[in-house]
Amino acid sequence: MATTPEPASSRSEDAGASGGAAGVPRTRDAVIVGGNRIPFARAGGKYAAASNQDMFTAALEGLVARFGLQGERLGEVVGGAVLKHSRDFNLVRESVLGSSLSPQTPAYDLQQACATGLEAVVSVANKIRLGQVESGIAGGADTVSDAPIAVSEGLRRVLLEASHARSTKARVAAFAKLRPRDLAPLSPSTDEPRTGLSMGEHQAITTARWGITREAQDAVALASHRNLAAAWDSGFFDDLVTPFRGLTRDQNLRPDSSAEKLASLRPVFGARLEGTEPSMTAGNSTPLTDGASAVLLASRAWAAERHLPVLARVVDAETAAVDYVHGHEGLLMAPAHAVPRLLARHGLGLGDFDLYEIHEAFASTVLTTLAAWEDADYCREELGLDGPLGSIDRDRLNVNGSSVAAGHPFAATGGRIVATAAKLAAARAAETGRTARALVSVCAAGGLGVAAIIESAAPGTEA
Amino acid sequence: MTDSYLKAVDGGLVKGLAQRLGLPQPVVLRRHDPSAPLVPGPVLVVGGRPDAADDADAVARALLGWDLDVRQARGDAVPEGVERWGAIVVVVTEAKTPEDLHDPVLALGAQLRRLARCGRVVTVSRAPGDGDSPALAATRAGVEGFLRSVAKELRAGATANGVQLVAGAGAGDPAALAALHFFLSGRSAFVDGQLLEVGAGPAWDATGFDRSRPLAGRVAVVTGAARGIGAEVARTLARDGASVVVVDVPAAGEALAAVANEVRGTALQLDVTADDAGARILEHARSRHGGLHVLVHNAGILRDKLLANMRPAQWDAVVAVNLAAQLRITGHLLDVGGFSEAPHIVSLASTSGIAGNRGQTNYGFSKAGVIGHTRATARLVAALGGTANAVAPGFIETDMTASIPLVPRQVARRASSLQQGGQPVDVAEAIAFLASPGSTGITGQVLRVCGQNLVGR
Repeated sequence: MATTPEPASSRSEDAGASGGAAGVPRTRDAVIVGGNRIPFARAGGKYAAASNQDMFTAALEGLVARFGLQGERLGEVVGGAVLKHSRDFNLVRESVLGSSLSPQTPAYDLQQACATGLEAVVSVANKIRLGQVESGIAGGADTVSDAPIAVSEGLRRVLLEASHARSTKARVAAFAKLRPRDLAPLSPSTDEPRTGLSMGEHQAITTARWGITREAQDAVALASHRNLAAAWDSGFFDDLVTPFRGLTRDQNLRPDSSAEKLASLRPVFGARLEGTEPSMTAGNSTPLTDGASAVLLASRAWAAERHLPVLARVVDAETAAVDYVHGHEGLLMAPAHAVPRLLARHGLGLGDFDLYEIHEAFASTVLTTLAAWEDADYCREELGLDGPLGSIDRDRLNVNGSSVAAGHPFAATGGRIVATAAKLAAARAAETGRTARALVSVCAAGGLGVAAIIESAAPGTEA
Repeated sequence: MTDSYLKAVDGGLVKGLAQRLGLPQPVVLRRHDPSAPLVPGPVLVVGGRPDAADDADAVARALLGWDLDVRQARGDAVPEGVERWGAIVVVVTEAKTPEDLHDPVLALGAQLRRLARCGRVVTVSRAPGDGDSPALAATRAGVEGFLRSVAKELRAGATANGVQLVAGAGAGDPAALAALHFFLSGRSAFVDGQLLEVGAGPAWDATGFDRSRPLAGRVAVVTGAARGIGAEVARTLARDGASVVVVDVPAAGEALAAVANEVRGTALQLDVTADDAGARILEHARSRHGGLHVLVHNAGILRDKLLANMRPAQWDAVVAVNLAAQLRITGHLLDVGGFSEAPHIVSLASTSGIAGNRGQTNYGFSKAGVIGHTRATARLVAALGGTANAVAPGFIETDMTASIPLVPRQVARRASSLQQGGQPVDVAEAIAFLASPGSTGITGQVLRVCGQNLVGR
């Protein structure tokens, strides 16, 4: 493992506000009050009959109940879904109207694949920091059980033509173009449109590129299950999760998972890659999941007026995109690019964090990202750094589990991670008496990735 | 939880048939309706001497203050011209010998047939005290047996309850009048045959007190609030003006959130048996609502089993949730001075805790234990100007009682003077009454909400 001196820690800036570092305009704080999600269900499980709107409304209702927001007109609610019916064009606004929030609360839908939830947090936080809103909820929902099924392109064209036809004859003519194959429905696909490869196959290429072993991946998966189970058992989620439709814990969680069980699973991705042993299994990959999450953000003044807690503040965020189509970068490697840019803006080193929340799209996603940051050549050539970004203390990584164990309802993951990180940071700060800092990173389809810095923030005046 | 028999006989097709067969004839009870008068007709005050400024007169003047049509019967003179009495209040606080009951009792008897549907009889008497002479003790104790028998004689949703003044308390004191008001109102629909001891209590400034929102400005915590009686308690306390924190186990969070949003309160997912439950409740109530005035220990579970077949876990779970959790939470709040001024604690007991129930040794122990700690807690909170009381529900129509098989359920429903099960709101009303600042002076009591169940007191 290559080591290089990391940039100087900026602990001395703990007392600084949001921004203050070079190139970061000084703004007021956007604080995280708390979060709520519903337990994540396996596809076709307890939420098989629940829509995205049902789930996001439930996540909102739990959040409203936790913080007494009934009838409150918030600045905005921002969220989205990745697998979305066309009728859900106003998914978030419709959810707000079905909630106990004031119907005068504006909302908009946002979509950035698996980073939807985190991007929503960033968007709301930015408006708060600029003083455009005082409060907001960010989140997302996704269901693969209630996914939209579309008609074929052939049938769609025939139906459109028939609906525009002005005579019966023209209508008949339109339908005459119909072919039997047009009647087969189209299921939604999460394959990359430009490569035709599934996300798993893409990650298998990246896994092979970085030589990530099966054992290392299984170890990440096992830790995810053990950490999440321990968090549930300790009551960590008592004020982060509200049960939904009879599900009281994440359905995918396997507290009794073991290295032996994980090792016995058959690889499902990368089987056709030449010159490499496939290593990605159902056990070390994230399952398809249904769920929803929501995070309450506010200005300090808004939170104080309502006697609401303040867990942390959103310091800054960076979104990156990589060229996985024509270039050689892995589909899910964008966070590897986003993080150093974000750190540079704040003069921080990779080691300057108490907590790391790296979304486990696959166990190997975490490992390839960490490997990349430790690789001097990669960091120089791809990230434009002088040397390796560095390594992290693995005991600070996903300490209460991540997506391999909890599941990953695409747009809901950002909210899950941010609320968890904020609560962990607040607890760490209460323990140590000093500011605790968390690094969040979420990779996404399309070669996208978002990274964010969250810092514990005691209630009170601007930091 | 529909009582279809009640629907059928109360104005339904089979009313006449039920009458001829001598079957129970329950009626739909008069419950709280802010737009309805306190009682369904004029109020007759019985007792007292003519032209004396006595307790009967003080009560009558208080009733007039509530904008009621009040008539007084002194001696054997009964006012004419009233078709139906909304309520008859019998004031016998000054009775010294058994003979002194003769006039008021027979005056009541003569008017009983003219009591309106869902009307009220309320006695105001003095509780027997340690220093009473035998004759005085007999007179005062006798009122209890008389009252309970009157309650059993009444029909058509009418109830009889008694206010029992303890030494030092006056008939015109706020607490005595609060109890009288409760018994007259629709809030006490399912309270029947009960005597409530009322002490003088600490002085209470009623200035600015709004009887329609008696809990305005108070913060209330209700455990076990996700469903059933607890949810109804939350609704009732919120209706009465309280800011409500609803508490239930995390697994019940979905229903809990719905209740919180309905009452515009906050949800706290918490297992009351957790060691730090009291601390977390206090932290939440203080930081989010600015204090803690009312604590309703409602969370409770059943693990029915004959003692001969009882497994340790079944005994332990019931004792932990129903009793030990209440002790630990209240204990913590008292230890750290967590209550805001004049706290009101109300705990859920049960008629099973009074009369016992086959297969419920664990439950009966826990609920009798609640009654025990309520008396002791009352002494501890007295120093804070607060009260601690218990409410003992009888057969209440909830999901829990709906699971009882048909025949035993019907028997249990009819085995009370009101010949029906109570509604969760009936229990909630009693709790809200005991939680209100006006009830200060009523402490260490067990108020049964059982329609005068034939079992127990």
